[in-house]
Amino acid sequence: MIKFVLMVNQQGQTRLSKYYEPVELSKRAALEAVAVRCCLSRGKHQCSFVEYKDFKLVYRQYAALYVVVGVTDSENELSIYELIQNFVEVLDKYFSRVSELDIMFNLDSVHIILDEMIQNGHIVETNKSRILAPLTAIDKMADGSETTPDTPRFAIKL
Amino acid sequence: MALKIVKGSIDRMFDKNLQDLVRGIRNHKEDEAKYISTCIDEIKQELKQDNIAVKANAVCKLTYLQMLGYDVSWAAFNIVEVMSSSKFTYKRIGYLAASQCFHESTDVIMLTTNQIRKDLSSPNQYDTGVALTGLSCFVTPDLARDLANDIMTLMSHTKPYIRKKAVLIMYKVFLKYPESLRPAFPRLKEKLEDPDPGVQSAAVNVICELARRNPKNYLSLAPLFFKLMTSSTNNWVLIKIIKLFGALTPLEPRLGKKLIEPLTNLIHSTSAMSLLYECVNTVIAVLISLSSGMPNHSASIQLCVQKLRILIEDSDQNLKYLGLLAMSKILKTHPKSVQSHKDLILQCLDDKDESIRLRALDLLYGMVSKKNLMEIVKKLMLHVDKAEGTTYRDELLTKIIDICSQSNYQYITNFEWYISILVELTRLEGTRHGHLIASQMLDVAIRVKAIRAFAVAQMATLLDNAHLLTGNTQRNGICEVLYAAAWICGEFSEHLENPMQTLEAMLRPKVATLPGHIQAVYVQNAAKLFATVLKGEEGNTDSTAAQEASQLMIDRLPLFVQSANLEVQERASCILQLVKYIQKLQQKDVEVAEEVNALFAGELNPVAPKAQKKVPVPEGLDLDAWINEPPSESESEDEQPKAIFAKEEPKHSRPRHTEVDEKELARRREARKQEQANNPFYIKASPSSQKVYQEAPGVEHIPVVQIDLNVPLKVPGLPMSDQYVKMEEERRQKERAEKKKKEKKKRKEKRSGRGKKHDSAPESEEDITPAHMVDIVTEEMPENALPSDDDERDPTDPHKALDIDLDKPLADSEKLPVRSHRAAEAQKSPTDGETENATLQEPKKKSSKEKRGKKDKERDRKKSKEEKKKKKHKHEDKEEDLLVDQPDEPVLQSEETSQVAEPPTSSSTNAEVSDLDFWLSNAPVPSNTQEAATVAAAAPEPSVTAPDSEPDEPKDTEMEETKSSKHKKKKQKKEKEEKEKKKKKKHHHHHHHHGDGAGEESVQNGTVEEEEPLPPMSNYCLLAENSYIKMMMEDADEVYDIQGNLQDGSQVVVSVIFENKCNSFLKSMEFNVLDSLNSKLQRPEGSGPHDGLVVPFQLPPGVSNEARFVFTVQSIVMPQKLKGTLTFIVKNEDDSTHEKVDFKLHFTCTSYLITTPCYSDAFAKLLESGDLKSSSLRLEGVNMPFHHLLARICFHHHFSVVERIDSCASMYSRSIQGHHVCLLVKTSAQTVSIDAKCDEPTLLGNVLDEIKQTFSQC
Repeated sequence: MIKFVLMVNQQGQTRLSKYYEPVELSKRAALEAVAVRCCLSRGKHQCSFVEYKDFKLVYRQYAALYVVVGVTDSENELSIYELIQNFVEVLDKYFSRVSELDIMFNLDSVHIILDEMIQNGHIVETNKSRILAPLTAIDKMADGSETTPDTPRFAIKL
Repeated sequence: MALKIVKGSIDRMFDKNLQDLVRGIRNHKEDEAKYISTCIDEIKQELKQDNIAVKANAVCKLTYLQMLGYDVSWAAFNIVEVMSSSKFTYKRIGYLAASQCFHESTDVIMLTTNQIRKDLSSPNQYDTGVALTGLSCFVTPDLARDLANDIMTLMSHTKPYIRKKAVLIMYKVFLKYPESLRPAFPRLKEKLEDPDPGVQSAAVNVICELARRNPKNYLSLAPLFFKLMTSSTNNWVLIKIIKLFGALTPLEPRLGKKLIEPLTNLIHSTSAMSLLYECVNTVIAVLISLSSGMPNHSASIQLCVQKLRILIEDSDQNLKYLGLLAMSKILKTHPKSVQSHKDLILQCLDDKDESIRLRALDLLYGMVSKKNLMEIVKKLMLHVDKAEGTTYRDELLTKIIDICSQSNYQYITNFEWYISILVELTRLEGTRHGHLIASQMLDVAIRVKAIRAFAVAQMATLLDNAHLLTGNTQRNGICEVLYAAAWICGEFSEHLENPMQTLEAMLRPKVATLPGHIQAVYVQNAAKLFATVLKGEEGNTDSTAAQEASQLMIDRLPLFVQSANLEVQERASCILQLVKYIQKLQQKDVEVAEEVNALFAGELNPVAPKAQKKVPVPEGLDLDAWINEPPSESESEDEQPKAIFAKEEPKHSRPRHTEVDEKELARRREARKQEQANNPFYIKASPSSQKVYQEAPGVEHIPVVQIDLNVPLKVPGLPMSDQYVKMEEERRQKERAEKKKKEKKKRKEKRSGRGKKHDSAPESEEDITPAHMVDIVTEEMPENALPSDDDERDPTDPHKALDIDLDKPLADSEKLPVRSHRAAEAQKSPTDGETENATLQEPKKKSSKEKRGKKDKERDRKKSKEEKKKKKHKHEDKEEDLLVDQPDEPVLQSEETSQVAEPPTSSSTNAEVSDLDFWLSNAPVPSNTQEAATVAAAAPEPSVTAPDSEPDEPKDTEMEETKSSKHKKKKQKKEKEEKEKKKKKKHHHHHHHHGDGAGEESVQNGTVEEEEPLPPMSNYCLLAENSYIKMMMEDADEVYDIQGNLQDGSQVVVSVIFENKCNSFLKSMEFNVLDSLNSKLQRPEGSGPHDGLVVPFQLPPGVSNEARFVFTVQSIVMPQKLKGTLTFIVKNEDDSTHEKVDFKLHFTCTSYLITTPCYSDAFAKLLESGDLKSSSLRLEGVNMPFHHLLARICFHHHFSVVERIDSCASMYSRSIQGHHVCLLVKTSAQTVSIDAKCDEPTLLGNVLDEIKQTFSQC
C-alpha cells in the first residue's frame, strides 16, 4: 500500500503532498523533512529505495524535483518506481513539458491526476489517456475562464 | 441582487488566485510567514462573502497553504460549503480541500453525509467520482456505516470509471465498518471477473490487501485468482495477484505446488523486472512453505538464485539492491544455494552505495558457518578499517558482533579468537557501540568458562592501556568497554597472572575522569582484586606484598570518596574503611584473607531474560484473588456511622466495583512488577537460584576444558586475530588427518561388528570440532518454565476486525444499513458492545431484556421463514431485500444470529472447501464424496513422512495425492467441527446468562466467562495395551452423515492413537476387525472381507500417531461391539518378531449422535409435534455444578444446549440417521432428572443408559 506521495524540490520545499493514511499536520512537516533529507542526501550512484522506520521510500529525481513515495513493506518497489515514471509522464503529457512551476500553479490539476492514478493507497489506473480523460472533461467544463500562466518554464528532463 | 453579483465578480477580479499566492510567496522569501499571515487574513475575509466563487478560490488557496504546513482546520465548515456547491468546478475544489484537511476527528464531517450521498447518486459521473475519491481520504466509521450501501450499489454502476472507484473505496469502508465486509463480499468477488480491466484490477487490489492480513478467509478464492493469473496480461495486476498467492501459500502447501510451474514460466518469459522480482519473491515464499528438502524443487531455487544473481550483477543499483533483498529471503531456508555466491556478496561490500553494502552485510549474517566464520569476519574487519563514515562503520561493528554471537555463538569454534576480535574492535575510533562490545565481553567471559583465563589476561591488558581508549574525548563511547574489563578482571581475578599490577591500573588517578557507573565498577572490582591479592600472599611469611596492596588502596581510594557520583562515593568510602580495618589487622599479623574473600564468594550465573516471566504460577495460587475480601456492601452499610470521621469514597454498586477493581488490580500488578524489576533485593522466585549455591563448590564436575595443545593459552600482548585464523587452519588440517585415521579404525571396527551407530558420513562443516570443548553455560530458567508465549497480534490493528469468515452464507441480520428512520436507542456505534452491556444494568434492565427477548424470538421466526426461502434461491441479492429492516444490529445480536444461522449452511461451506480441494489435487478425484471417503478409508492417514520414507514407489504417488487431499479435507472438517463446538459453548453461555436473569457478574464485565473452570475432558479411551503398544480410541469422534441415503447406512470414523511403548521400531501394522452383520470396516476395493487394513505409518520408539478407520453401520439404535486384532512387527537391532494385540471396539449409541444446534422455537415445535416417544432418567448424588453437568453431556454425548433457565436446561442432538433426541435436564440438590424424547425409543433408552453410565463413573 502507498502511504504518501510527495513532490519536493532540491531546496526541500514541498510542491505536492498527498497522504493515504491520516497523519497529523504537525507530524507531516517532520516526516516530509526527514523523507526529503533521506532522498536528497543520496547520490546518483545509490539505489532509489530507502528503508525508513516501518516503511520504505521509493524516490526518483527529475531535474531539481524529487518524487518521493512512501510505501508499506509489502509493496513491490520496482512497480512503485515505474509508477513514479508513469505519473511524471502523464504530467508531462498534460502540461506538455512539465516544470516545477506547472505543478505549483496547477496544484489542483495535479491532484486530480494523482487521484485518478492512486486511490486510498492503491494504483487504480495507469493508462495515460484514461487518466487524463476526466481532467480534460473538467477543463472543458470550466468555461475556459482560466488561462495558463505565461511564466518561464524549466523543463524537467525525463 | 444583480448588483450584488456584479459587485461580487468585480471584487473577485481583485482577489488573489492560487497563482498569485504562489508567486507572492516566492517574492516574499524573507518574510514568508508574515506574507502568509496577511494572505490568511484575506482568505478569512473572502470566506465571509456569499459568493461561492470567491469562497472556492479561498478554499483553493487554503489547500495550498495546508500543504505548506499551515493549520486550516478553522475553515472546515467553509470547505463543506464549497463541497456542496452545485457547480462541479467548485465542488471538486471543496472535495480536494476536504480530502487534504479532514480527518476522523473533524466534527463537520457528519454534516457531509447527505451531501456525499447526493453526489454519489449524481447523474454526472465526475460528481460521483470526485465524491468517491474524497471519501476515500476522510471516511469515518459513521460515514462508512451510513454510506456502505450506496457505495455497494455503485459497485454495479454502468460506468467502469465509477465501478473501479467504488470497489477501491470499499476497502476503506471495510476497515472503518467491518460489519460491511460479509454483505459486500459477494459483489466484490464478482468484480474480479468484471469485463473492465480497471475494475478487475481494483477488486484484485482490495482483496489482496484484505487477504494479506487475514489470508485464511480467502483461500477459497485461490482458483479464481489462479485463473486471473494465467489469463491477465496487466503486470500491475499480476504483481498483486502473485503477492496474494505469496500470502496464501503458507496456509495451503498444495497451492504452492500448483503455483511453481506458472511462476517459473513467468520468470522465464517476462521482461518486466518488477514482475520478475515479484515472481521470484513468491516462489521463495512458496518454497519456504513447502516443507524443506523437496528434491524436485531444487531446480526452482536454483532458477531463483540465478535470476537474483543476474539482478545483483546488474549495473542498475536498484536491481542490485532488490536482488540482495530477495536473496536474504532464500537464505533463511536454503542457505546452501546462497552460500555458493559468497564471492558476489563479498564484492557488494565494496559497493559505492551504503544501502547495498548494508544488504550485503545482512546476507553475510546468514551465510556464515563454522568453516567460513573467521574468513568472513576477517574481511569485515578489513572493511571496518577502511570504512569512511561512522554510521557505516558502526553498522559493520554491530554486524560483526551479530554474526559471531548468533544462535548462541553457534559458529564460533575458537573463543580466544573471538575475544581478540572484540579487543581489536575497541580500537575503533568514535564508535557508539562500546556498550555492545562490553556486553559481548561480559557474556562470553561469564558463559564460556574455558575462556576465562584468556579473557582475564586480555582485559588486564586493556585496563593497563586504558589511556589509549579514554585519551580522546571523541572516543567516549568505547570507554564502556572498560566497564566490562574491570568487572571481568575483578570477578575472575583468580585467573590473573599479576593481580597487583591490575589493581594498580584500576586505581590510577585518570580513572576519575571516566563516567560514574564505570568508576563504581572499578572501585568495587578493585576490592575484589584486593581480596585476591591477599589470598595470594597468605601463605607467604613475608607480608609486605599484602601490606603494600592495602597501602595502595588506602592511598588511592580517597580520590573516589570525593567523587560527585553517589554510587562511586558510597562504594569507595565503604571499601576504604574496610581496607583500613584490614590494614590494622594485618599489622597485628592476623590472617584476614579468607574473611575478605568471603565477601565476594559465590558464582554469578547468567539468568535468561524471560526467566521471571516463565515462572509458572504454583497450583492453587490465584494471583487475581483477594487476599482479604474487599468490604462487602452490607458491611459498609453497617459501618456507615464511622464515615463521620473519614470521608468515604462514593459507593459503587457491587458489580461496577469489581470491574474497576479488575482494572485497578491489573494496574497494581503492573506497578508491582515494575517495582520488583527495579528492586535489586527482590529475590526472584526461581527455585534454581538456590541450586546455584548448592552447586557452587561442585563446579569441577562439569565437563569442561579439554585444552587443545595446539593453541597456546596465553599470547603475549594484544594478539592479532589473524594469528588465530592461521592456527585454526593448521588445527583443522591436523584434525582432518586424525579423523581419517579414526575412520580407518572405525572401518575396521565395522567389519568386525555391526556398528550401525558409528555413522561415518563424509565430512561436513558441522564436523569441525571447536578448539576448546566449550560448554556454554546455558542461561538459567526456573524449573518447569512455561513454554514460550507467542507475541500476540497488536490488538489495535484495525485489520483484526476484518478477520471474518467469508465463506459462510449471509445471515439475514447481516445487511448493510439502509437509510431509514432509526429508533433513537438503536443509534449506537456498532463497536461498543461494552456500553451496551452496561446499559443492561440500568434499572430498566428487566423490561429491556424482555423486549430483547421478544425481538429475538421475532427475528428467529423470521429467520426460519427466510431460511426456507434461501434454500430456493440462495444467490438472491440480500441488500435488495427490504422485507426485514434492521438498520443497526448491535454486534452481540448479529454475532449470535450468525452463529445460529451457521449449521444449515455448513454443508455448503464444505462444498466450497471441497471445491478448493478438488482444484488443488491434480489427481482425478471421484465426484461422489462417498467414493472419496472409500478411497480415504483405504489409507485414512497418510503420515507426513510417508512420501519421504518411500520415495521408491512412484506409482503410489498419484494415489497418495488423493489421499492427502482427502485427509486435509477431513482435517478441515474436524477443525470446523471443533470451531463449531467452541462456538456452541459460547452460545450456551450466552443463553445461560440471558436465562439467569438479573445480576450475573460475568455479564456485567462484558465478557462471557466461565464461573469455574471445567475439568479437562477427553473422549479417548483405552482400547488395548500390551508391553509394546498402547491403543487409544476416540469413540467415533466424527460421524459422516450421508444425507438422504439412509438405506445404505451411515459411516462412522474411528480415530485410534497408536503409541509405541517399547524401545523397538514397530512396523507393518495391520488393523483388522471381525465384521458383524450390522457394522463393517470399510476396506479398499478388491480386498476380501477378512483382510486387515495396513496402518499407514511406522512407529519409532516412544512415538504415537493417529489413524482413522471408516466403518459402515446399518442400524444405529443399539450399541455395537466389534472384536479386532492389530498385528505388527517389532523390529530390534538384530531381529524382528511378529506380535499382535486384541481389542474390542465399542460403538456406543452416543457415537451416532451429531452435535446439532437447535433454536428454541424449532425445539418447541418438535416437542409439540407428538411424534416423539418419551422416557426419563433420575440420577442421584450428582455432585457437580450444573454447567459442568451440561458440559459433560454436551461433550461426551454430543448434545447442544438449546436453552438454559436457572437449573433447568433443554438440550438437543440428532443421530446420523436423522433421529431427533431432546432432553430436559433439571437439577435440584444433587438430584438430576432427565426427561427425554426421541422418535426411536430403543435409541433413546440406550443413550440414556450411556448418560447414566457417564455420571456413575464420576
